[in-house]
Amino acid sequence: MRQFLLARLAQAGIVALVVGALCFALMRVLPGDAAMRIAAGRYGPDARIAEAADKVRLELGLDRAWPVQFLDWLASLVQFDLGHSLVTGAPVVDELKVQLGASVWLAAAAIMLSLLIGPTIGVFCGLKPNGWTDRLGLAGSVILRSLPPFVLGLILMLVFAIWLGWLPPAGFGTWRDLALPALTLALGLAAVSSRVTRDAIATVVKAPYFVFARHKGLPEAAVVWRHGLRNAAIPVVSYLGLQAIYLVEGVVVVESIFAYPGIGHALVHAIVERDIPMVQGTALAMGLIFVAVTAAVEAASAWLDPRLRRTQ
Amino acid sequence: MSTEIASPSLLRPSPVSVTRVIGAALLLALAAFAVLGPWLVQADPAKQDFSASLAPIGGEYLLGADHYGRSLLARLAHGARLSFGMAFLTMLTAAIPGVLLGLAAAWRGGWLEWTLELLANIVLALPGLMLVLLLLAFAPGNFGPLYFGLALTLWVEFYRITRTTTATILKQPHIEAAKLLGFGSGYILRSYVLPSIAPLIATLAAFAMATAIIAISTLSAISVGLQPPTPELGSMIVELLPYYAEAPVHVLLPPILIFLLVLGLQLIAQKDSR
Repeated sequence: MRQFLLARLAQAGIVALVVGALCFALMRVLPGDAAMRIAAGRYGPDARIAEAADKVRLELGLDRAWPVQFLDWLASLVQFDLGHSLVTGAPVVDELKVQLGASVWLAAAAIMLSLLIGPTIGVFCGLKPNGWTDRLGLAGSVILRSLPPFVLGLILMLVFAIWLGWLPPAGFGTWRDLALPALTLALGLAAVSSRVTRDAIATVVKAPYFVFARHKGLPEAAVVWRHGLRNAAIPVVSYLGLQAIYLVEGVVVVESIFAYPGIGHALVHAIVERDIPMVQGTALAMGLIFVAVTAAVEAASAWLDPRLRRTQ
Repeated sequence: MSTEIASPSLLRPSPVSVTRVIGAALLLALAAFAVLGPWLVQADPAKQDFSASLAPIGGEYLLGADHYGRSLLARLAHGARLSFGMAFLTMLTAAIPGVLLGLAAAWRGGWLEWTLELLANIVLALPGLMLVLLLLAFAPGNFGPLYFGLALTLWVEFYRITRTTTATILKQPHIEAAKLLGFGSGYILRSYVLPSIAPLIATLAAFAMATAIIAISTLSAISVGLQPPTPELGSMIVELLPYYAEAPVHVLLPPILIFLLVLGLQLIAQKDSR
Protein backbone atom coordinates (compact mmCIF):
# COMPACT_ATOMS: atom_id res chain seq x y z
CA MET A 1 0.00 0.00 0.00
CA ARG A 2 2.74 2.38 1.01
CA GLN A 3 4.72 1.53 -2.10
CA PHE A 4 1.90 2.46 -4.42
CA LEU A 5 1.30 5.72 -2.54
CA LEU A 6 4.98 6.59 -2.96
CA ALA A 7 4.79 5.78 -6.68
CA ARG A 8 1.82 8.12 -7.12
CA LEU A 9 3.53 10.88 -5.10
CA ALA A 10 6.56 10.53 -7.37
CA GLN A 11 4.25 10.77 -10.39
CA ALA A 12 2.69 13.95 -8.99
CA GLY A 13 6.18 15.38 -8.56
CA ILE A 14 7.09 14.52 -12.15
CA VAL A 15 3.87 16.16 -13.36
CA ALA A 16 4.76 19.38 -11.55
CA LEU A 17 8.33 19.26 -12.85
CA VAL A 18 7.34 18.62 -16.49
CA VAL A 19 4.61 21.26 -16.52
CA GLY A 20 6.81 23.77 -14.68
CA ALA A 21 9.81 23.20 -16.96
CA LEU A 22 7.76 23.44 -20.16
CA CYS A 23 6.06 26.64 -19.03
CA PHE A 24 9.36 28.15 -17.92
CA ALA A 25 10.83 27.35 -21.33
CA LEU A 26 7.71 28.82 -22.94
CA MET A 27 8.19 32.04 -20.98
CA ARG A 28 11.77 32.39 -22.21
CA VAL A 29 11.20 31.28 -25.80
CA LEU A 30 8.27 33.54 -26.61
CA PRO A 31 9.30 36.69 -28.45
CA GLY A 32 9.44 39.93 -26.49
CA ASP A 33 10.75 40.94 -23.10
CA ALA A 34 9.03 39.14 -20.23
CA ALA A 35 9.48 42.13 -17.87
CA MET A 36 7.94 44.42 -20.48
CA ARG A 37 4.99 42.05 -20.90
CA ILE A 38 4.33 41.84 -17.17
CA ALA A 39 4.68 45.63 -16.76
CA ALA A 40 2.21 46.18 -19.60
CA GLY A 41 -0.15 43.71 -17.97
CA ARG A 42 0.09 45.45 -14.61
CA TYR A 43 0.21 49.15 -15.40
CA GLY A 44 -1.06 49.30 -18.96
CA PRO A 45 1.14 50.13 -21.93
CA ASP A 46 1.92 53.87 -21.51
CA ALA A 47 4.87 56.19 -22.13
CA ARG A 48 6.76 55.19 -18.96
CA ILE A 49 6.60 51.46 -19.76
CA ALA A 50 10.40 51.11 -20.04
CA GLU A 51 10.95 52.40 -16.49
CA ALA A 52 8.15 50.19 -15.19
CA ALA A 53 9.70 47.21 -16.97
CA ASP A 54 13.09 47.93 -15.31
CA LYS A 55 11.41 47.98 -11.90
CA VAL A 56 9.58 44.74 -12.64
CA ARG A 57 12.85 43.16 -13.79
CA LEU A 58 14.54 44.10 -10.52
CA GLU A 59 11.55 43.13 -8.41
CA LEU A 60 11.06 39.69 -9.95
CA GLY A 61 14.76 39.07 -10.42
CA LEU A 62 14.44 38.60 -14.15
CA ASP A 63 18.05 39.79 -14.60
CA ARG A 64 19.50 36.75 -12.85
CA ALA A 65 20.96 33.67 -14.57
CA TRP A 66 18.27 31.30 -15.89
CA PRO A 67 19.06 28.28 -13.67
CA VAL A 68 18.48 30.47 -10.60
CA GLN A 69 15.24 31.74 -12.08
CA PHE A 70 14.16 28.19 -12.90
CA LEU A 71 14.68 27.04 -9.29
CA ASP A 72 12.78 30.09 -8.14
CA TRP A 73 9.97 29.23 -10.58
CA LEU A 74 9.77 25.66 -9.29
CA ALA A 75 9.83 26.83 -5.66
CA SER A 76 6.80 29.05 -6.18
CA LEU A 77 5.08 26.20 -8.06
CA VAL A 78 5.57 23.87 -5.09
CA GLN A 79 4.00 26.51 -2.83
CA PHE A 80 1.01 26.70 -5.22
CA ASP A 81 1.87 30.31 -5.97
CA LEU A 82 0.69 30.19 -9.57
CA GLY A 83 0.78 33.90 -10.30
CA HIS A 84 -1.78 36.03 -12.13
CA SER A 85 -3.47 35.47 -15.45
CA LEU A 86 -1.94 37.67 -18.14
CA VAL A 87 -5.37 38.19 -19.70
CA THR A 88 -7.80 38.77 -16.83
CA GLY A 89 -5.25 39.80 -14.19
CA ALA A 90 -7.00 37.66 -11.57
CA PRO A 91 -4.96 35.19 -9.50
CA VAL A 92 -4.73 31.86 -11.36
CA VAL A 93 -5.70 29.96 -8.21
CA ASP A 94 -9.05 31.77 -8.00
CA GLU A 95 -9.88 31.01 -11.62
CA LEU A 96 -8.86 27.40 -11.17
CA LYS A 97 -11.21 26.93 -8.21
CA VAL A 98 -14.23 27.84 -10.33
CA GLN A 99 -13.19 25.83 -13.39
CA LEU A 100 -12.08 22.84 -11.37
CA GLY A 101 -15.53 22.54 -9.81
CA ALA A 102 -17.18 22.53 -13.23
CA SER A 103 -14.76 19.95 -14.61
CA VAL A 104 -15.05 17.64 -11.61
CA TRP A 105 -18.84 17.59 -12.04
CA LEU A 106 -18.44 16.75 -15.71
CA ALA A 107 -15.87 14.02 -15.08
CA ALA A 108 -17.90 12.49 -12.25
CA ALA A 109 -21.09 12.50 -14.32
CA ALA A 110 -19.22 10.92 -17.23
CA ILE A 111 -17.75 8.14 -15.08
CA MET A 112 -21.13 7.41 -13.46
CA LEU A 113 -22.91 7.29 -16.83
CA SER A 114 -20.20 5.12 -18.36
CA LEU A 115 -20.41 2.70 -15.42
CA LEU A 116 -24.17 2.51 -15.95
CA ILE A 117 -23.87 1.89 -19.69
CA GLY A 118 -20.63 -0.06 -20.22
CA PRO A 119 -20.66 -2.84 -17.60
CA THR A 120 -24.42 -3.40 -18.00
CA ILE A 121 -24.02 -4.07 -21.70
CA GLY A 122 -20.86 -6.05 -20.98
CA VAL A 123 -22.64 -8.38 -18.53
CA PHE A 124 -25.36 -9.21 -21.04
CA CYS A 125 -22.76 -9.79 -23.77
CA GLY A 126 -20.54 -11.92 -21.52
CA LEU A 127 -23.26 -14.22 -20.20
CA LYS A 128 -23.78 -15.53 -23.74
CA PRO A 129 -20.45 -15.11 -25.55
CA ASN A 130 -20.80 -14.95 -29.36
CA GLY A 131 -24.58 -14.62 -29.13
CA TRP A 132 -26.29 -11.87 -31.07
CA THR A 133 -26.14 -9.38 -28.14
CA ASP A 134 -22.40 -9.98 -27.97
CA ARG A 135 -21.96 -9.36 -31.69
CA LEU A 136 -24.10 -6.24 -31.53
CA GLY A 137 -22.10 -5.00 -28.53
CA LEU A 138 -18.85 -5.65 -30.38
CA ALA A 139 -20.00 -3.75 -33.45
CA GLY A 140 -21.16 -0.81 -31.32
CA SER A 141 -17.89 -0.74 -29.43
CA VAL A 142 -15.75 -0.80 -32.60
CA ILE A 143 -17.83 1.98 -34.17
CA LEU A 144 -17.67 4.18 -31.06
CA ARG A 145 -13.93 3.63 -30.71
CA SER A 146 -13.40 4.73 -34.32
CA LEU A 147 -15.13 8.06 -33.72
CA PRO A 148 -12.91 10.80 -32.27
CA PRO A 149 -14.61 12.32 -29.17
CA PHE A 150 -15.17 15.65 -30.88
CA VAL A 151 -17.00 14.01 -33.79
CA LEU A 152 -19.13 12.00 -31.35
CA GLY A 153 -19.90 15.22 -29.47
CA LEU A 154 -20.92 17.01 -32.67
CA ILE A 155 -23.16 14.10 -33.69
CA LEU A 156 -24.90 14.09 -30.30
CA MET A 157 -25.26 17.85 -30.50
CA LEU A 158 -26.87 17.65 -33.94
CA VAL A 159 -29.23 14.84 -32.93
CA PHE A 160 -30.32 15.87 -29.43
CA ALA A 161 -29.96 19.64 -29.54
CA ILE A 162 -30.82 20.56 -33.11
CA TRP A 163 -33.06 17.85 -34.59
CA LEU A 164 -34.88 16.71 -31.45
CA GLY A 165 -34.41 19.91 -29.47
CA TRP A 166 -34.36 18.06 -26.14
CA LEU A 167 -31.15 19.43 -24.67
CA PRO A 168 -29.17 22.66 -25.06
CA PRO A 169 -26.12 22.41 -27.37
CA ALA A 170 -23.86 24.42 -25.05
CA GLY A 171 -23.84 26.23 -21.76
CA PHE A 172 -23.42 25.67 -18.08
CA GLY A 173 -25.58 25.67 -14.99
CA THR A 174 -28.21 22.96 -14.89
CA TRP A 175 -27.99 19.20 -15.35
CA ARG A 176 -29.44 19.69 -18.84
CA ASP A 177 -26.24 21.48 -19.88
CA LEU A 178 -24.18 18.72 -18.35
CA ALA A 179 -26.05 15.89 -20.11
CA LEU A 180 -24.58 16.04 -23.62
CA PRO A 181 -20.89 16.55 -22.76
CA ALA A 182 -21.11 13.87 -20.07
CA LEU A 183 -22.83 11.48 -22.47
CA THR A 184 -20.13 12.07 -25.10
CA LEU A 185 -17.39 11.12 -22.65
CA ALA A 186 -19.43 8.26 -21.17
CA LEU A 187 -20.07 6.62 -24.54
CA GLY A 188 -16.37 6.72 -25.37
CA LEU A 189 -15.49 5.20 -22.00
CA ALA A 190 -18.29 2.61 -22.19
CA ALA A 191 -17.12 1.45 -25.63
CA VAL A 192 -14.03 0.01 -23.97
CA SER A 193 -15.37 -0.89 -20.52
CA SER A 194 -18.25 -2.91 -22.00
CA ARG A 195 -15.76 -5.15 -23.80
CA VAL A 196 -13.52 -5.50 -20.74
CA THR A 197 -16.60 -6.46 -18.69
CA ARG A 198 -17.70 -8.89 -21.37
CA ASP A 199 -14.32 -10.68 -21.33
CA ALA A 200 -14.26 -10.71 -17.53
CA ILE A 201 -17.78 -12.15 -17.28
CA ALA A 202 -17.05 -14.71 -19.99
CA THR A 203 -14.01 -15.86 -17.98
CA VAL A 204 -15.97 -15.98 -14.71
CA VAL A 205 -18.82 -17.95 -16.30
CA LYS A 206 -16.33 -20.65 -17.28
CA ALA A 207 -14.68 -20.74 -13.81
CA PRO A 208 -15.26 -23.84 -11.64
CA TYR A 209 -16.72 -21.89 -8.68
CA PHE A 210 -19.33 -20.33 -10.95
CA VAL A 211 -20.28 -23.65 -12.55
CA PHE A 212 -20.54 -25.13 -9.06
CA ALA A 213 -22.80 -22.33 -7.81
CA ARG A 214 -25.17 -23.03 -10.69
CA HIS A 215 -24.88 -26.75 -10.13
CA LYS A 216 -25.93 -26.61 -6.51
CA GLY A 217 -29.19 -25.06 -7.61
CA LEU A 218 -28.83 -21.35 -6.79
CA PRO A 219 -31.21 -19.13 -8.73
CA GLU A 220 -29.54 -17.50 -11.76
CA ALA A 221 -29.81 -13.97 -10.30
CA ALA A 222 -28.04 -15.04 -7.09
CA VAL A 223 -25.31 -16.79 -9.07
CA VAL A 224 -24.58 -13.73 -11.19
CA TRP A 225 -24.94 -11.28 -8.32
CA ARG A 226 -22.98 -13.09 -5.60
CA HIS A 227 -20.41 -15.06 -7.58
CA GLY A 228 -20.19 -13.30 -10.89
CA LEU A 229 -20.13 -9.56 -10.47
CA ARG A 230 -17.51 -9.00 -7.78
CA ASN A 231 -15.02 -11.31 -9.46
CA ALA A 232 -15.70 -9.78 -12.85
CA ALA A 233 -15.38 -6.28 -11.36
CA ILE A 234 -11.65 -6.70 -10.68
CA PRO A 235 -10.39 -6.29 -14.26
CA VAL A 236 -13.06 -3.68 -15.00
CA VAL A 237 -12.00 -1.45 -12.12
CA SER A 238 -8.30 -1.84 -12.81
CA TYR A 239 -9.01 -0.95 -16.43
CA LEU A 240 -10.62 2.30 -15.26
CA GLY A 241 -7.07 3.40 -14.41
CA LEU A 242 -6.13 3.26 -18.10
CA GLN A 243 -9.37 5.02 -18.94
CA ALA A 244 -8.31 7.97 -16.78
CA ILE A 245 -6.11 8.97 -19.73
CA TYR A 246 -9.11 8.98 -22.06
CA LEU A 247 -11.13 10.89 -19.48
CA VAL A 248 -8.60 13.71 -19.03
CA GLU A 249 -7.94 14.03 -22.77
CA GLY A 250 -11.66 13.85 -23.42
CA VAL A 251 -12.44 16.58 -20.90
CA VAL A 252 -10.19 18.99 -22.82
CA VAL A 253 -11.84 18.21 -26.13
CA VAL A 254 -15.46 17.91 -25.02
CA GLU A 255 -15.37 21.09 -22.95
CA SER A 256 -14.02 23.01 -25.92
CA ILE A 257 -16.68 21.63 -28.27
CA PHE A 258 -19.59 22.25 -25.87
CA ALA A 259 -18.24 25.61 -24.58
CA TYR A 260 -18.38 24.16 -21.07
CA PRO A 261 -16.47 26.51 -18.72
CA GLY A 262 -14.20 23.88 -17.18
CA ILE A 263 -10.48 23.51 -16.83
CA GLY A 264 -9.88 21.87 -20.23
CA HIS A 265 -11.66 24.72 -21.98
CA ALA A 266 -9.50 27.14 -19.97
CA LEU A 267 -6.31 25.30 -20.97
CA VAL A 268 -7.13 25.49 -24.68
CA HIS A 269 -8.01 29.18 -24.39
CA ALA A 270 -4.86 29.92 -22.42
CA ILE A 271 -2.78 28.25 -25.15
CA VAL A 272 -4.49 30.27 -27.88
CA GLU A 273 -4.05 33.48 -25.87
CA ARG A 274 -0.51 32.57 -24.77
CA ASP A 275 -1.46 33.18 -21.17
CA ILE A 276 1.43 31.21 -19.67
CA PRO A 277 0.47 31.35 -15.96
CA MET A 278 -2.97 30.02 -16.89
CA VAL A 279 -1.46 27.31 -19.12
CA GLN A 280 0.72 26.25 -16.23
CA GLY A 281 -2.07 26.33 -13.66
CA THR A 282 -4.62 24.44 -15.74
CA ALA A 283 -2.12 21.85 -16.99
CA LEU A 284 -0.88 21.29 -13.44
CA ALA A 285 -4.41 20.88 -12.11
CA MET A 286 -5.38 18.43 -14.86
CA GLY A 287 -2.17 16.46 -14.40
CA LEU A 288 -2.79 16.20 -10.66
CA ILE A 289 -6.40 15.11 -11.25
CA PHE A 290 -5.06 12.40 -13.53
CA VAL A 291 -2.71 11.20 -10.77
CA ALA A 292 -5.53 11.32 -8.20
CA VAL A 293 -7.91 9.29 -10.40
CA THR A 294 -5.20 6.69 -11.01
CA ALA A 295 -4.50 6.46 -7.27
CA ALA A 296 -8.22 6.14 -6.46
CA VAL A 297 -8.58 3.33 -9.00
CA GLU A 298 -5.62 1.50 -7.51
CA ALA A 299 -7.11 1.81 -4.04
CA ALA A 300 -10.44 0.48 -5.31
CA SER A 301 -8.71 -2.48 -6.98
CA ALA A 302 -6.91 -3.32 -3.75
CA TRP A 303 -10.22 -3.19 -1.86
CA LEU A 304 -11.92 -5.49 -4.39
CA ASP A 305 -9.10 -8.00 -4.71
CA PRO A 306 -7.48 -9.03 -1.41
CA ARG A 307 -4.67 -10.77 -3.30
CA LEU A 308 -3.28 -7.37 -4.34
CA ARG A 309 -3.06 -6.23 -0.70
CA ARG A 310 -1.17 -9.32 0.33
CA THR A 311 1.49 -9.12 -2.36
CA GLN A 312 2.41 -5.53 -1.59
CA MET B 1 -2.40 -6.85 -24.63
CA SER B 2 -0.66 -10.00 -23.51
CA THR B 3 3.04 -9.70 -23.17
CA GLU B 4 3.77 -13.15 -21.82
CA ILE B 5 4.61 -15.23 -24.79
CA ALA B 6 5.39 -18.78 -23.83
CA SER B 7 7.19 -20.32 -26.74
CA PRO B 8 7.77 -19.72 -30.42
CA SER B 9 5.33 -22.49 -31.31
CA LEU B 10 2.48 -20.24 -30.13
CA LEU B 11 3.73 -17.46 -32.33
CA ARG B 12 2.70 -18.87 -35.65
CA PRO B 13 0.49 -16.35 -37.43
CA SER B 14 -3.14 -16.93 -36.51
CA PRO B 15 -5.50 -17.89 -39.35
CA VAL B 16 -6.47 -14.81 -41.31
CA SER B 17 -9.67 -13.40 -39.82
CA VAL B 18 -12.43 -11.80 -41.82
CA THR B 19 -12.26 -8.54 -39.85
CA ARG B 20 -8.56 -8.20 -40.64
CA VAL B 21 -9.22 -8.69 -44.35
CA ILE B 22 -11.99 -6.09 -44.29
CA GLY B 23 -9.73 -3.71 -42.38
CA ALA B 24 -6.87 -4.24 -44.81
CA ALA B 25 -9.12 -3.71 -47.84
CA LEU B 26 -10.53 -0.53 -46.30
CA LEU B 27 -7.06 0.80 -45.53
CA LEU B 28 -5.78 -0.05 -49.02
CA ALA B 29 -8.69 1.83 -50.60
CA LEU B 30 -8.13 4.84 -48.33
CA ALA B 31 -4.38 4.78 -48.91
CA ALA B 32 -5.00 4.74 -52.65
CA PHE B 33 -7.35 7.72 -52.25
CA ALA B 34 -4.76 9.54 -50.13
CA VAL B 35 -1.84 8.84 -52.47
CA LEU B 36 -3.50 8.93 -55.90
CA GLY B 37 -6.31 11.36 -55.06
CA PRO B 38 -4.30 14.61 -54.95
CA TRP B 39 -2.55 13.53 -58.14
CA LEU B 40 -5.68 12.49 -60.09
CA VAL B 41 -7.88 15.35 -58.92
CA GLN B 42 -6.13 18.26 -60.51
CA ALA B 43 -8.23 20.87 -58.68
CA ASP B 44 -6.41 23.12 -56.22
CA PRO B 45 -7.82 22.49 -52.71
CA ALA B 46 -7.42 26.18 -51.88
CA LYS B 47 -8.97 27.65 -55.05
CA GLN B 48 -12.10 29.61 -54.18
CA ASP B 49 -15.09 30.05 -56.49
CA PHE B 50 -17.84 32.00 -54.79
CA SER B 51 -20.37 31.32 -57.52
CA ALA B 52 -20.15 27.64 -56.57
CA SER B 53 -20.52 28.18 -52.80
CA LEU B 54 -21.98 24.99 -51.24
CA ALA B 55 -22.44 23.47 -54.71
CA PRO B 56 -24.44 20.23 -54.50
CA ILE B 57 -22.91 16.80 -54.77
CA GLY B 58 -22.79 15.27 -58.23
CA GLY B 59 -22.91 18.47 -60.26
CA GLU B 60 -19.90 20.26 -61.67
CA TYR B 61 -18.08 19.37 -58.42
CA LEU B 62 -18.14 15.62 -57.89
CA LEU B 63 -18.48 15.82 -54.11
CA GLY B 64 -19.78 19.37 -54.04
CA ALA B 65 -17.98 22.47 -52.85
CA ASP B 66 -17.65 24.13 -49.45
CA HIS B 67 -18.82 27.59 -48.41
CA TYR B 68 -15.90 29.25 -50.24
CA GLY B 69 -16.61 27.17 -53.33
CA ARG B 70 -13.52 25.01 -52.87
CA SER B 71 -13.77 21.51 -54.36
CA LEU B 72 -14.57 19.12 -51.54
CA LEU B 73 -13.17 16.16 -53.44
CA ALA B 74 -9.79 17.87 -53.74
CA ARG B 75 -9.90 18.96 -50.10
CA LEU B 76 -10.81 15.48 -48.89
CA ALA B 77 -8.05 13.90 -50.97
CA HIS B 78 -5.47 16.35 -49.62
CA GLY B 79 -6.86 15.98 -46.10
CA ALA B 80 -6.61 12.19 -46.32
CA ARG B 81 -3.05 12.48 -47.56
CA LEU B 82 -2.17 14.85 -44.72
CA SER B 83 -3.75 12.68 -42.01
CA PHE B 84 -2.47 9.40 -43.39
CA GLY B 85 1.00 10.69 -44.20
CA MET B 86 1.48 12.47 -40.93
CA ALA B 87 0.16 9.52 -38.92
CA PHE B 88 2.49 7.18 -40.80
CA LEU B 89 5.49 9.46 -40.31
CA THR B 90 4.70 9.90 -36.62
CA MET B 91 4.28 6.15 -36.19
CA LEU B 92 7.67 5.48 -37.82
CA THR B 93 9.36 8.19 -35.75
CA ALA B 94 7.91 6.62 -32.61
CA ALA B 95 8.35 2.95 -33.55
CA ILE B 96 11.96 2.92 -34.70
CA PRO B 97 13.56 4.46 -31.58
CA GLY B 98 10.96 2.74 -29.38
CA VAL B 99 11.80 -0.74 -30.63
CA LEU B 100 15.55 -0.16 -30.76
CA LEU B 101 15.68 1.31 -27.26
CA GLY B 102 13.44 -1.48 -25.96
CA LEU B 103 15.80 -4.10 -27.39
CA ALA B 104 18.81 -2.27 -25.99
CA ALA B 105 17.23 -1.97 -22.53
CA ALA B 106 16.29 -5.66 -22.41
CA TRP B 107 19.71 -6.70 -23.72
CA ARG B 108 21.99 -4.48 -21.66
CA GLY B 109 19.92 -3.75 -18.56
CA GLY B 110 21.81 -1.71 -15.95
CA TRP B 111 21.96 2.07 -16.07
CA LEU B 112 20.68 2.20 -19.66
CA GLU B 113 17.44 0.43 -18.71
CA TRP B 114 17.14 2.57 -15.57
CA THR B 115 17.49 5.81 -17.53
CA LEU B 116 15.05 4.72 -20.23
CA GLU B 117 12.48 3.60 -17.65
CA LEU B 118 12.72 6.98 -15.94
CA LEU B 119 12.29 8.74 -19.28
CA ALA B 120 9.25 6.59 -20.10
CA ASN B 121 7.71 7.30 -16.71
CA ILE B 122 8.23 11.03 -17.18
CA VAL B 123 6.39 10.93 -20.50
CA LEU B 124 3.61 8.74 -19.09
CA ALA B 125 3.06 10.94 -16.02
CA LEU B 126 0.82 13.20 -18.10
CA PRO B 127 -1.87 12.01 -20.54
CA GLY B 128 -0.46 12.11 -24.07
CA LEU B 129 -2.73 14.80 -25.44
CA MET B 130 -1.81 17.15 -22.56
CA LEU B 131 1.88 16.87 -23.41
CA VAL B 132 1.14 17.57 -27.07
CA LEU B 133 -1.00 20.57 -26.06
CA LEU B 134 1.79 21.97 -23.87
CA LEU B 135 4.31 21.59 -26.70
CA LEU B 136 1.85 23.16 -29.13
CA ALA B 137 1.77 26.23 -26.89
CA PHE B 138 5.26 27.01 -28.22
CA ALA B 139 4.03 27.43 -31.78
CA PRO B 140 0.27 26.90 -32.26
CA GLY B 141 -0.70 25.85 -35.75
CA ASN B 142 2.71 24.48 -36.73
CA PHE B 143 3.60 20.99 -37.93
CA GLY B 144 6.78 20.77 -35.87
CA PRO B 145 5.55 20.67 -32.26
CA LEU B 146 2.51 18.59 -33.24
CA TYR B 147 4.67 15.96 -34.93
CA PHE B 148 7.33 16.00 -32.24
CA GLY B 149 4.79 15.86 -29.40
CA LEU B 150 2.89 12.93 -30.90
CA ALA B 151 6.07 10.95 -31.58
CA LEU B 152 7.30 11.73 -28.06
CA THR B 153 4.15 10.31 -26.46
CA LEU B 154 3.84 7.32 -28.80
CA TRP B 155 7.38 5.89 -28.61
CA VAL B 156 6.86 4.83 -24.98
CA GLU B 157 4.35 2.12 -25.83
CA PHE B 158 6.71 0.60 -28.44
CA TYR B 159 9.59 0.77 -25.99
CA ARG B 160 7.68 -0.85 -23.12
CA ILE B 161 6.22 -3.75 -25.09
CA THR B 162 9.54 -4.46 -26.83
CA ARG B 163 11.45 -4.36 -23.55
CA THR B 164 9.13 -6.63 -21.54
CA THR B 165 8.62 -9.13 -24.37
CA THR B 166 12.31 -9.30 -25.23
CA ALA B 167 13.25 -9.68 -21.55
CA THR B 168 10.90 -12.68 -21.13
CA ILE B 169 12.18 -14.26 -24.33
CA LEU B 170 15.83 -13.83 -23.38
CA LYS B 171 15.23 -15.57 -20.03
CA GLN B 172 13.90 -18.74 -21.64
CA PRO B 173 16.03 -21.92 -21.47
CA HIS B 174 16.33 -22.47 -25.21
CA ILE B 175 17.79 -18.98 -25.67
CA GLU B 176 20.25 -19.59 -22.83
CA ALA B 177 21.16 -22.81 -24.59
CA ALA B 178 21.62 -21.03 -27.90
CA LYS B 179 23.90 -18.51 -26.17
CA LEU B 180 25.93 -21.28 -24.54
CA LEU B 181 26.28 -23.02 -27.89
CA GLY B 182 27.98 -19.88 -29.08
CA PHE B 183 25.38 -18.41 -31.39
CA GLY B 184 25.93 -14.69 -31.85
CA SER B 185 23.55 -12.05 -30.57
CA GLY B 186 22.65 -11.13 -34.16
CA TYR B 187 21.46 -14.68 -34.79
CA ILE B 188 19.39 -14.81 -31.58
CA LEU B 189 17.87 -11.44 -32.39
CA ARG B 190 16.94 -12.47 -35.93
CA SER B 191 15.61 -15.95 -35.30
CA TYR B 192 14.08 -15.72 -31.83
CA VAL B 193 13.37 -12.17 -30.74
CA LEU B 194 12.21 -10.45 -33.92
CA PRO B 195 9.66 -13.10 -34.99
CA SER B 196 7.96 -12.90 -31.60
CA ILE B 197 7.84 -9.13 -31.25
CA ALA B 198 6.93 -8.41 -34.90
CA PRO B 199 3.16 -9.12 -34.61
CA LEU B 200 2.96 -7.08 -31.39
CA ILE B 201 4.76 -4.18 -33.03
CA ALA B 202 2.45 -4.36 -36.05
CA THR B 203 -0.61 -4.14 -33.78
CA LEU B 204 0.92 -1.27 -31.84
CA ALA B 205 1.76 0.52 -35.09
CA ALA B 206 -1.87 0.37 -36.21
CA PHE B 207 -3.05 1.70 -32.84
CA ALA B 208 -0.40 4.43 -32.89
CA MET B 209 -1.55 5.58 -36.33
CA ALA B 210 -5.17 5.60 -35.19
CA THR B 211 -4.21 7.66 -32.13
CA ALA B 212 -2.24 10.09 -34.30
CA ILE B 213 -5.10 10.54 -36.80
CA ILE B 214 -7.58 11.22 -33.99
CA ALA B 215 -5.18 13.61 -32.23
CA ILE B 216 -4.35 15.59 -35.38
CA SER B 217 -8.00 16.12 -36.31
CA THR B 218 -9.07 16.79 -32.72
CA LEU B 219 -6.41 19.43 -32.14
CA SER B 220 -7.28 21.35 -35.27
CA ALA B 221 -10.98 21.06 -34.41
CA ILE B 222 -10.33 22.80 -31.08
CA SER B 223 -8.24 25.39 -32.97
CA VAL B 224 -4.81 24.70 -31.50
CA GLY B 225 -3.64 22.30 -34.22
CA LEU B 226 -3.18 22.99 -37.92
CA GLN B 227 -4.92 26.17 -38.99
CA PRO B 228 -7.85 26.50 -41.44
CA PRO B 229 -6.48 27.14 -44.93
CA THR B 230 -4.74 23.75 -44.63
CA PRO B 231 -7.10 21.07 -45.91
CA GLU B 232 -7.16 19.16 -42.60
CA LEU B 233 -10.14 16.90 -41.91
CA GLY B 234 -10.81 18.13 -38.36
CA SER B 235 -10.73 21.81 -39.25
CA MET B 236 -12.87 21.10 -42.35
CA ILE B 237 -15.60 19.75 -40.05
CA VAL B 238 -15.55 22.83 -37.85
CA GLU B 239 -15.46 25.15 -40.88
CA LEU B 240 -18.43 23.43 -42.52
CA LEU B 241 -20.49 22.98 -39.37
CA PRO B 242 -22.31 26.37 -39.54
CA TYR B 243 -23.73 25.31 -42.93
CA TYR B 244 -25.17 21.98 -41.81
CA ALA B 245 -28.75 23.15 -42.46
CA GLU B 246 -28.02 23.99 -46.12
CA ALA B 247 -25.62 21.14 -46.82
CA PRO B 248 -25.79 18.35 -44.23
CA VAL B 249 -24.02 15.78 -46.41
CA HIS B 250 -21.08 18.13 -46.98
CA VAL B 251 -20.56 18.38 -43.23
CA LEU B 252 -20.67 14.60 -42.87
CA LEU B 253 -18.01 13.84 -45.51
CA PRO B 254 -14.84 14.67 -43.52
CA PRO B 255 -15.97 12.90 -40.32
CA ILE B 256 -16.89 9.82 -42.39
CA LEU B 257 -13.37 9.84 -43.85
CA ILE B 258 -11.80 10.06 -40.37
CA PHE B 259 -14.13 7.33 -39.15
CA LEU B 260 -13.19 4.99 -42.01
CA LEU B 261 -9.46 5.62 -41.52
CA VAL B 262 -9.61 4.83 -37.81
CA LEU B 263 -12.01 1.92 -38.37
CA GLY B 264 -9.64 0.32 -40.88
CA LEU B 265 -6.75 0.60 -38.45
CA GLN B 266 -8.86 -0.72 -35.55
CA LEU B 267 -10.03 -3.72 -37.59
CA ILE B 268 -6.48 -4.59 -38.60
CA ALA B 269 -5.25 -4.35 -35.01
CA GLN B 270 -8.26 -6.22 -33.64
CA LYS B 271 -7.67 -9.12 -31.26
CA ASP B 272 -9.82 -11.90 -32.67
CA SER B 273 -11.93 -12.46 -29.56
CA ARG B 274 -12.99 -8.87 -28.98
